[in-house]
Amino acid sequence: MTDWQPGISLDRLRQRSLVLAELRGFFQQRNLLEVDVPVLATTSVTDRNIESIATLPSGSGLSGSDITGYLQTSPEYFMKRLLAAGSGDIFCLGKAFRSGEAGVRHNPEFTLLEWYRCGWDEHQLMAELAELIETLLPTIAINKYSYAELFSKYFNIDPHQAELSSLQKLAVEAGSSAWSDDSRANCLDLLFSVVIEPQLSDGLVLVYDYPACQAALASCHSDAQGRRVSRRFEAFLNRVELANGYFELTDGHEQASRFAKDQQARKIAGKPLMEIDKNLLAALESGLPECSGVALGVDRLLMQIEGATCLDQVMPFSWDRC
Amino acid sequence: MANYSTNEFRPGLKVMLDGDPCSILENDLVKPGKGQAFNRVKLRNLKTARVVEKTFKSGESVEAADVMDADMQYLYNDGDFWCFMEPDTFEQHQATENAVGDALQWLSELDICVVTLYNGAPLSVTPPNHVELEIVETDPGLRGDTAQGGNKPAKLSTGAVVKVPLFLDEGEVVRVDTRTGEYQGRVSNK
Repeated sequence: MTDWQPGISLDRLRQRSLVLAELRGFFQQRNLLEVDVPVLATTSVTDRNIESIATLPSGSGLSGSDITGYLQTSPEYFMKRLLAAGSGDIFCLGKAFRSGEAGVRHNPEFTLLEWYRCGWDEHQLMAELAELIETLLPTIAINKYSYAELFSKYFNIDPHQAELSSLQKLAVEAGSSAWSDDSRANCLDLLFSVVIEPQLSDGLVLVYDYPACQAALASCHSDAQGRRVSRRFEAFLNRVELANGYFELTDGHEQASRFAKDQQARKIAGKPLMEIDKNLLAALESGLPECSGVALGVDRLLMQIEGATCLDQVMPFSWDRC
Repeated sequence: MANYSTNEFRPGLKVMLDGDPCSILENDLVKPGKGQAFNRVKLRNLKTARVVEKTFKSGESVEAADVMDADMQYLYNDGDFWCFMEPDTFEQHQATENAVGDALQWLSELDICVVTLYNGAPLSVTPPNHVELEIVETDPGLRGDTAQGGNKPAKLSTGAVVKVPLFLDEGEVVRVDTRTGEYQGRVSNK
């Protein structure tokens, strides 16, 4: 018999609706403007580790039959164009899509909450993220560490200055021999995900000052020890990656050069080439206000609130049922 | 020899790891939002039965292990080897004590077992999920005590010791689940 039924129980379906309303209420009360940006666009991200779902809208009346549409992997670029246009503080609660990601904690279509605060740095935004989680989970423990502190604790190594060969050696021990010639960023990702993440404490753990090689769209600065680090942070809820945020890079030239490096890396890895979003670069050129932004996986948040063991238990229909 | 990519990984797949054949038990995608995707894999080493965890880069390939499972009939033990026969071809295979392992305590002659062959030689033996064996040694049965809980050890004809209800006696035949070693019931008309 076909299992047509939803993965979520009716109780949790109601709970999901309440949480979505609470998230909206939190930001409306703080006077952030809700924006519903497109999920289908002609370009998408160049990230070397994020794959967009390409689609050709048929009979859409688009000029030129060879225009490919991409389902957006996050609302970030459209939101930054709104910020550059002078929108002020904004939030978006909507769907995002990533190809090839399905499992206990992944679904190719998921609900993402993303918001931006003008004039704030990443630490102010982390504090607001913690307040948001506390409204939903009032008794939650909150801890905050720098990326380097965690690597010092678990590996007794400085992730920003250690030789690549020492990181590769640790990665082989934690993973398999395939890591012996891998990049700095990949080795650090492996060590963090496989060794550190499972040992993080209960509750909300905020990790800041990510390595410069993993800056993505964050600006960089020198930390207290004079090391060059990115102003990127991540949040983990009960050892599950929940949110990723930046003190945003506003320098269009620097952003263009990072996109070009992404494209180069994609080419070497044999991944589909992604055009650079010229609209985003033009918006940065015209002037993105100094701001911080963060994206949070709402389905994973619900998993933790509900004590569920997989996304299928908190989504109406996960990919296996679609 | 064939290779398997991580996106073909699934429980039961047999691969070579550090020179030993292994069977995949669990395969989980780990993907940091902005980072490289990994496959966190639990494998059982088929030679040592030890379970190990490895993290592969998604897209990486590993060598397939020349391992196959075949249904075979257990014939006899000649003191050194346990002899199994393929029912279709009558081809016989000699398994070492190490390969027979824990299956030893459940094996009755003519049972159909799953024999795992590695490079053509028996690597391990999995007994039938359920076996029916005679009790050869146990404390005298308590008549009438068929409803109460409580159990006692009983030695079976193949040497295995299982917990059975108090009312059973020597000479009776019981059904046992070999995966858990648990008593399943008394076999009537024997």
